[in-house]
Amino acid sequence: MTEITFPDKDVVVLERKNFQSLLDALSDSGYELLGPTVRDSAIVYERIHAVDELPVGWVDVCEPGKYRLVKDKKKTLFGYTIGSQSWRRFLHPPTNKLWEATRDGNGFKVIQPEPDQVKRALIGVRSCELAALAIHDKIFSQGQYIDNSYRERRRNLFVVAVNCVRPGGTCFCASMKTGPKATSGFDLALTEMYVSNRHYFIVEPGSKAGKKLVDKLPVKQPKESEIKAAQKELNRAAAGMTRTIDSEHIGKLLNKKFDDPHWETIAERCLTCGNCTMVCPTCFCTNMEDSSDLTGQHAERQRKWDSCFTMDYSYIHGGSIRSSVTSRYRQWMMHKLVYWQEQFGMLGCVGCGRCITWCPVGIDITEEARQLTVTE
Amino acid sequence: MGTQQTSKRSGAGTQPDPMLVRPFTVRRVRRELPDTTTLELKSQADDAGMAFLPGQFNMLYTYGVGEVPISISGDLVKGEIFVHTIRVVGAVTRAIGKLKQGDTIGVRGPYGGSWPVEQAIGSDVVLVTGGIGLAPLRPVIYYLLANREKYGRLVLLYGARTPEEILFRRDLEKWRSRFDLDIQLTVDRATGSWRGNVGVVTTLIERAAFDPQHSTAMVCGPEIMMRFTALELEKQGIQHDRMYISMERNMKCGVGLCGHCQIGSSFVCRDGPIYRLDKMWSVFTRREL
Repeated sequence: MTEITFPDKDVVVLERKNFQSLLDALSDSGYELLGPTVRDSAIVYERIHAVDELPVGWVDVCEPGKYRLVKDKKKTLFGYTIGSQSWRRFLHPPTNKLWEATRDGNGFKVIQPEPDQVKRALIGVRSCELAALAIHDKIFSQGQYIDNSYRERRRNLFVVAVNCVRPGGTCFCASMKTGPKATSGFDLALTEMYVSNRHYFIVEPGSKAGKKLVDKLPVKQPKESEIKAAQKELNRAAAGMTRTIDSEHIGKLLNKKFDDPHWETIAERCLTCGNCTMVCPTCFCTNMEDSSDLTGQHAERQRKWDSCFTMDYSYIHGGSIRSSVTSRYRQWMMHKLVYWQEQFGMLGCVGCGRCITWCPVGIDITEEARQLTVTE
Repeated sequence: MGTQQTSKRSGAGTQPDPMLVRPFTVRRVRRELPDTTTLELKSQADDAGMAFLPGQFNMLYTYGVGEVPISISGDLVKGEIFVHTIRVVGAVTRAIGKLKQGDTIGVRGPYGGSWPVEQAIGSDVVLVTGGIGLAPLRPVIYYLLANREKYGRLVLLYGARTPEEILFRRDLEKWRSRFDLDIQLTVDRATGSWRGNVGVVTTLIERAAFDPQHSTAMVCGPEIMMRFTALELEKQGIQHDRMYISMERNMKCGVGLCGHCQIGSSFVCRDGPIYRLDKMWSVFTRREL
């Protein structure tokens, strides 16, 4: 594994006591702040205003099929590893009105909603989540057809990444080459340091907008020892991940396993609840729902998140293409690790581990991938 | 497949929103069969974006009910209107089937790729289809006949359940009278005064006159029919890379963004629905792909 380092220039230090100044600078620039907070005993990404809304001192414990928040003695702001849900709902909302129509004589008129021009700052984006964002950029705004609503929301985004110094129990970003340190796709990347009761952040700008924002903050030049300490933490995090997927070879290996009997073994456990697809930061499937009001004067089309684990997903007149559990789990996993590569030139998995944590029966994609590819 | 990057990020602002429905007027309704109608649709705005390729489809929307993908069944020379032939199979097609002249229908498209009418130039062309599958191939027949001198022998093999369910009967009679298109019909069940072939469409292949070494086959029907047709055509000597099939899957967006229609790494709406057989053969060998 290559050594994690910081760039030689532009990196600065922000003390914990000045952290609110970062949030204020973003608010003053017209950004709506979205960040981690504790709700319903889980880390969720929501609208925030002040530093004390962050999950101060909370740490998440993630295992297959298990999620707990526990208090930590250190009053870290980003001591947890990852939010229970990903950021995608802010750019590709679970429910999104595509258009409305009103009756007009014998016909109807279609009205396009105003583009969403809200400037959003995402606070605390993990490196794996940046990779997921890059994947959605590729799908929604760099293909043959452009998703305008995604592109509008994406255009106005400011991204504050936070590097991971504590790998979660289900993480495997190091093997997916998507973390734990953010390398691109951010405006600012922070590394939270808590050394002998001193609490500070190494701040690395990743864009012009990021640099401009740093100029407004009470920062100072880092000492060499501070950089070294942060590098050490990040390298330790990378080495501390126990789960892996052989991201270089998995596509080729798995592609030969379509008829492997192990899929049946997974299907014996899989409940087809679709949790994995709802928490996955790269899943992008949607359904269209057309409706009209009771008077019939007004109709609209909503686009809603969908899951390949439902029977409806592949339904055409006569029945569902994938009616067995085996085929639906296989579709999900082979899409992530095989088909995605052919479609978008990248894997559809970033190693965030959410599908493992939130699977009610604890199916572990890394373990199943290993089982399926352990023999040629 | 999916290699054409038509929209660079900077210039994409001018691209029409692929999610937006355009209102069209139903200009004419023709009842083909008790459950099948052909609609002629004219744009209520300008006629821009009406060009289409044989094999492409539109997403058709009925107000408040929903949207379905339907192949274009009309002639591309008369490009100022979209012609669609719809068989009632569900809620949306039932609503479309009730539309009358002057009603409004929503259209997104045309989407998807083309039958290989260009690649087939210089060769014999064998069209094999059944039931409503004749509709997506009708633009091909129009095209082949309009450019008749560019092709060798043309063969249309068509199967219907009963003689009463033969689609586009008037077209078939007209084409038959030309003598430069060999049409063979068969029915599953003979009724009334039917004195033609009885049996599945694949039984017509052996007797059809074409040069298997220099033929392009285009097949449109249920998967089971396309599979057995492919096997029979192969037996006659047509290679998989000269056969084309049309796939059908659940489609919601029509532009490769909703995920529903995927077969392996292919989005049927965007990369299909027409495929060269060798690129889609796995769909016949892998269950629930």
